[in-house]
Amino acid sequence: MEVRLTDIRKHFGPVKANDGITLTVPAGTIQGVLGENGAGKSTLMKILSGFQPADSGTIELDGKAVRMRSPADAIRHGVGMLHQDPLDFPPLRVIDDLLIGAPGRIIPRRAEAVAAITRLAESLGLTIDFKAEVGSMTVGERQQLELLRLLWLGARVLILDEPTTGISAAQRQQLFDTLRRLAAQDKTVLFVSHKLEEVQELCTRVAVLRQGRLVGEALPPFHVDRLVSMMFEREVTPGERTGCSPGAPVLRLSGLGAEHGRIRFDGLDLEVHAGETIGLAGMEGSGQGLLLEACAGLTPPTCGRVRVNDVDLTGKTYRQFRRRGVAYVPATRLEDGLVPGLTLTDHFLLTERRPGLFIKREKGRRLAQERIGEFKIKGIPSDRVESLSGGNQQRLLLALVKPGAKLMLLEHPTRGLDVESVIYLWSKLKERCGQGEAIVFTSSDLDELLRYSDRILVFFAGRVFGPLDAATTTVDELGQLIGGSTADV
Amino acid sequence: MSRLRFSHRTLINLGVQLGALVLAFLLTSIILLIAGAPPFEAYKEIFQGAVGSLTNFSDVLVAWVPLLLCSAGVLVTFAAGLWNIGVEGQIVLGAVLTTWVLRLLQTTGLPPALIIVLGMLAGLIGGMLWAVLAGVLKTFGGVNEIFGGLGLNYVATAFTLWLIFGPWKRPGIGSMSGTEPFDQSLFLPTVGGLRLSLWSLALGIIAVIFVYILLEHTHAGLRLKAVGLNRRAAGLLGVPTWQYALLAFVICGALAGLAGAVQVTGVYHRLIPSISSGYGFLGLMIGMLIRYRAIWVAPVALFFAALNIGSIQLPIVLKLDSTLSGVLQGALVLFVILVEGARQRYLRRRRTAVA
Repeated sequence: MEVRLTDIRKHFGPVKANDGITLTVPAGTIQGVLGENGAGKSTLMKILSGFQPADSGTIELDGKAVRMRSPADAIRHGVGMLHQDPLDFPPLRVIDDLLIGAPGRIIPRRAEAVAAITRLAESLGLTIDFKAEVGSMTVGERQQLELLRLLWLGARVLILDEPTTGISAAQRQQLFDTLRRLAAQDKTVLFVSHKLEEVQELCTRVAVLRQGRLVGEALPPFHVDRLVSMMFEREVTPGERTGCSPGAPVLRLSGLGAEHGRIRFDGLDLEVHAGETIGLAGMEGSGQGLLLEACAGLTPPTCGRVRVNDVDLTGKTYRQFRRRGVAYVPATRLEDGLVPGLTLTDHFLLTERRPGLFIKREKGRRLAQERIGEFKIKGIPSDRVESLSGGNQQRLLLALVKPGAKLMLLEHPTRGLDVESVIYLWSKLKERCGQGEAIVFTSSDLDELLRYSDRILVFFAGRVFGPLDAATTTVDELGQLIGGSTADV
Repeated sequence: MSRLRFSHRTLINLGVQLGALVLAFLLTSIILLIAGAPPFEAYKEIFQGAVGSLTNFSDVLVAWVPLLLCSAGVLVTFAAGLWNIGVEGQIVLGAVLTTWVLRLLQTTGLPPALIIVLGMLAGLIGGMLWAVLAGVLKTFGGVNEIFGGLGLNYVATAFTLWLIFGPWKRPGIGSMSGTEPFDQSLFLPTVGGLRLSLWSLALGIIAVIFVYILLEHTHAGLRLKAVGLNRRAAGLLGVPTWQYALLAFVICGALAGLAGAVQVTGVYHRLIPSISSGYGFLGLMIGMLIRYRAIWVAPVALFFAALNIGSIQLPIVLKLDSTLSGVLQGALVLFVILVEGARQRYLRRRRTAVA
């Protein structure tokens, strides 16, 4: 089935997630959709699969304009989406899992369904155990299950969102074979990924999105360099590191590994010195956040040791890390970082080390006032934190980190902030580096990583590259590493 | 200027709350009409029954005390974001432990005042332990405190029944009327001729003041609230979260246990099967009604106590069941929450309309 998207627009407030995207995918194509985080891939796929309506623009299937009101509506039109995390029912048996969502009668016709799905599976070279419990299967098997469900429901356009995360190499090969067979049956596959090698291997066409726009299309043979420069193209600014000379080691990781769901990394060695800034690069969910959590004692490591100021803190609690001068600042401000309902003063009172019994409001208010001034937060001590703007919430989070911390672990410290706020926050952070604090931070902004880090680690699908010297690394090199291409470095 | 706007908002709030009160009375009136009873007669009767005589009013105060203790207690667990449904069972265990200590010591010849104090302390500890059990189940066993509390309530009731019909049964026969009453020397002293004990009244008032100060003026209270409002963020800001959640259970359980102790030493002078009289659930309702602001505990609890006592006369005078007070209380809570929800929705819509 041919898919034609015309001038698709979707705005979230001031953010133009899709800014007039026009794309035609012929039937029988495996179309790669590339782009960095926030480029608009997911939004476009959600619009095509009926999860959310576009603000404007048209979708045509085989030349017929359609309007998708819901995912169920989309599948009736023949468009099915395979999500990154399988949307299935782990406690159910396979057969019942498959029957959910089938246009039903009161009593499901199991035998019919089993026969139809078995035929389908055989035609794709897959085997299926209808009696197994979904929860006991691997992610790869559940993916096959979802694929079969969508095909059985009549999907002729399949959207796959990062389908190879967390599945084995053999399962990946099987998935690719299946997709090729489907394409040969004239079905259309949209393959959303940031893994350049996979796109190169599998896709017959590639579209690259950047900042909500389609910035280029390519046919094989693909040139990784060109794809990368399309994905990340921007003005390259020279690094302007403060050049503070690093002091004694603050954080020492040896052979560290951690695991959370499908995200994991292993055998990481790193030494972070006082006054140093380490940037963690990589696509969302490649393990950077997990490393920060492991360094803060929020996730117990699966192997290796964590030493802070030469004290082995492996397996200790977050509070013990905190007492040793480790500060952790999460990315989601109102979910993880701040307490909605409490005022700015309350927050400063909460972080007092030896608070005593009764609250000294006046003292707390003065402390809050002082920090508000120092971090230029727009707000007064008696404001509730949820009334602050995102940028001011971020400033507050940093203001809550006590001066004299040894190591600051920052998750996306400037995400969603305007340029002035970013520059201001980094000037405050660099001030602290000058006083001997070390920083480890994650970011998806390549410029920020290159500009403010001394060294950079790159995470890709459980592997860690580096550390790279930020002063001699270019945006292109960093972009290729994030996309998993190691050829040139 | 800002002061003016503030008072304007307070007025609207007050109007909204009064509206809820009117709606609750309206609904109850409709129910009364369906039951074929004259609503105004019934309300007048409740009013008379509550404040018609000194005896009646002192009975209201007697019912006020356990309500004060329980509502103050659940405010602490609410602050920590916990639904301590098990508060009923905590009252019962407090009553059981008080009875146990009084039975144990009543023949020892210790001074009665000392025995009463020890009995009260035992009650406090009993409620506390029962609450900690629910808290530990929640913290380390992953059992939601609502289910844990509910289960423990049934266990507590079964335990009392077993005691009353088993080991602690009256000489000869066990009976639903409870265990053998204590000697009069072990009764909490009351005000001449009335059933009201100034000691228990003082306990109730002190409990409310204690909780008010705890929640409004101490670091521990602020941390409890932080844990309740956003557990993860509180943890990241350095608050030991599960420890504070357990602390909330400890405080609430202690106050509920004290309520049980007061019921034994000051009201029934023995252990009876339904010693908690539903005061725990009523305390939860009050907590929801006042939306967790400690300053309102005393007046609202007094109002609820007055409804309870005032409706006792209804069966005799109007052939109505005395559970009418429960209908009114329930309707009140529902409407206050409903009206508040509607107000929030309205404000949100207006805010998005402006933005």
